[in-house]
Amino acid sequence: MARNRNVGIIGIGQTRHSSHREDVNQPEMIHEAVALALEDAGMTRDDIDCVVHGNMELFEMVHQPDMWHVIGDGAYGKPGYRLTTGGTTGATLVCAADTLVASGLYDVVLAVGFEKLQEGHTTGGITNMADPLWGRELQTGALTGMAAAAVIEEFGAERAKHAAMKMRVIMDRHAMLNPNAHRQFGFTEDMIPTMVENVPPLVGELRLVHMCSQSDGACAMIFASEDVAKKRCPNPAWMMDHVTVHREETFNLFGNVEEITTMRYAATKLYERNGITDPLRQIDVFEMYDPSSWWGLDWIREFFLLDGDRHLRMVENEEIGMDGLIPINPSGGVVATNPIGATAMIRVAEAALQVRGAAGAHQVKKEVNLALASGFGGTLWTVLVLLSKNPPVLKEERP
Amino acid sequence: MTRRAAICAVAQTIFERDKWFQRVQGMGWEVVESLIKSTGLDFSEDRGIKQVVTVSDDVFDARTISDSAMTDAVGAHYRCEEKVSQDGAQAVSYALAVVLSGHQDVVMIVGHCKESQGQSRNMVTHLAFDPFFTRPVGLDYLAAAGLQARAYMDKSRVTPEQLAEVVVRSRGNAAKNPKLESLPPVTAGEVLASPMLADPIREFMACPVTDGAIGLIIASEERARELTDKPVWITGVGCCYDSFFLGDRDLAGNFPLRRAAQSAYRMAGIENAATQVDLVELSDPYAYQLPMWAEGLGLCEDGGGGAWLAGGGPDKARVNLSGGGLAGTPMILGGLTRVAEAALQLRGEAGQRQAKGVRRAAAHGVTGPAGQLQTVVILER
Repeated sequence: MARNRNVGIIGIGQTRHSSHREDVNQPEMIHEAVALALEDAGMTRDDIDCVVHGNMELFEMVHQPDMWHVIGDGAYGKPGYRLTTGGTTGATLVCAADTLVASGLYDVVLAVGFEKLQEGHTTGGITNMADPLWGRELQTGALTGMAAAAVIEEFGAERAKHAAMKMRVIMDRHAMLNPNAHRQFGFTEDMIPTMVENVPPLVGELRLVHMCSQSDGACAMIFASEDVAKKRCPNPAWMMDHVTVHREETFNLFGNVEEITTMRYAATKLYERNGITDPLRQIDVFEMYDPSSWWGLDWIREFFLLDGDRHLRMVENEEIGMDGLIPINPSGGVVATNPIGATAMIRVAEAALQVRGAAGAHQVKKEVNLALASGFGGTLWTVLVLLSKNPPVLKEERP
Repeated sequence: MTRRAAICAVAQTIFERDKWFQRVQGMGWEVVESLIKSTGLDFSEDRGIKQVVTVSDDVFDARTISDSAMTDAVGAHYRCEEKVSQDGAQAVSYALAVVLSGHQDVVMIVGHCKESQGQSRNMVTHLAFDPFFTRPVGLDYLAAAGLQARAYMDKSRVTPEQLAEVVVRSRGNAAKNPKLESLPPVTAGEVLASPMLADPIREFMACPVTDGAIGLIIASEERARELTDKPVWITGVGCCYDSFFLGDRDLAGNFPLRRAAQSAYRMAGIENAATQVDLVELSDPYAYQLPMWAEGLGLCEDGGGGAWLAGGGPDKARVNLSGGGLAGTPMILGGLTRVAEAALQLRGEAGQRQAKGVRRAAAHGVTGPAGQLQTVVILER
């Protein structure tokens, strides 16, 4: 990606995520994350040049919530942007903050993503994204058994169901190490056969524990120009690149078009631009937006451009675990924690913590030089963000 | 600033009271079709439009992720699309940043809104207030504007009769703007006799409910030279939030607009807006906002709005020759429409409303209760 100047992540703050943050209102919850990010960056509100804000309005039914939230994010007297793209919002905010700093218009940008899903009706809110004439009668929020059905069809029910549940157990094992994670069950390997049969189904083989949570929480990140980042932070995580890929809303309704997933499309583009020929080895950690363990399982193949059953074997052999070939979601992922407007930002924030070696109990063992984070939203949209321990070398290039 | 960005094309549907015959996608496509036709751009991976910035609102559309309805209509299938959920002038600032960052060299902006879909615009803006203190007392943007109008009129000695003349002038100018469904001409007496909405704002002093879509192509200097022979350069941008609770703010004080204007002027090298800007398009969904924002933009002195109106300030400073917000602009598209109008003037394509010798223009957008977020964009040819 061509860039005018480098951008470093120098401050990260997350609230405690839970199903009911009844102890705080929206701006108070946002302030928790913002205060932590400022503390992490050794900054005060005065150091911030611009605030970027986002969530999904129809969940809490607050119109233009950035207005009320100036109390919590500190945007009073400052410029600010509000960008929203559904589930990808948090990642879009990261891309926007990168863009605004790289442009030279602002040196230090604070990005804030949040959701307080307890205050609304999540599945109703998501159902409301379907076209009122064509799809709204059919949509069941984000709940779909399609991914499960596809994996089962390809690999057989027994293997597929076991792999998806194993994926879920590994994510929970990671979440147990993350003090901010919303859901920490303490699942163990030996529970898998029982869980495969007995966890209540939601839609087809998509079962209750496979599905992401509804969480309250906020995430804040501070992005700075190379000059400021180097001055203020001993170990910034650097923005290497990002790719956003949207697609039309009808999900290839008539099935008459050969299609590539947005995940594979985005990954192909990102790897090409950054000289990544062997992503499983060149990328050190991946924070994936896994809305369900079935999607998470299926998308490993897409994001790493794999064929056949390699992705299933990666899960079966625990190559995605903390000590594995490519640790996926050391944070526990979205199945553990999902305040939607913050969720995709948390992926980037967690990837940045891994790059900075600051993830605490869920820091992966190996050195992290390159980290990948994904966002998911809308009608199967993908945002991919690539972070690096070293700032990219800027060269004259056309976008 | 080493890189530069320019507006290369402008497109707009007719803005009208109720586009019952068209869905949002149809409105958006009308704009997109015009933009690609006038620039020759396509959506190819090499030289095409690879980034789209949309402007819309989930609550106005009564649809979660309102941009998901637009993906194919705006050519964003397998491309980057990002939605700015604020006044559309913010999308112009953001698109400028995209080009200056080097990430993309061509950005298309498409904004849409069908205000007619809701039972009441006030029901939408009521939801912008916090559920604890301000929502229970029934505030919406109109009521907040009423409080601000009263405070401002007291401060700057603006009379209801003057505001009635602001409306008469707006409708006169709008009659020369073919992109607007016409509003009947009114006399000052008729304005003052129109029903009271939120004291002192009367029905004709508020923008009518409006549907429409509007868009721009913004490109790097190199690409702009290929796409148009009349590039309009974006030479300054600024925006600023005021605080939220109306009681915490000096409602008549113009704090955020002054600050937004300062940043934009500094970037564009403007020291005195009153003499160095040839034309102004400002977002005035309510009549009192024309003189009030004129003060904030530095077209007249602080507290001098009444005298400025009395002295024919709006015509001298060439403010809102398009008719402005009062003539009917969907609220969230206000600033984007003002930018588009200013760009048409700078390109010499403003038809009957064309002003002579316009080399530099200021466009203004506003979001939130009583002008909480203000945006200023400076354009030059």
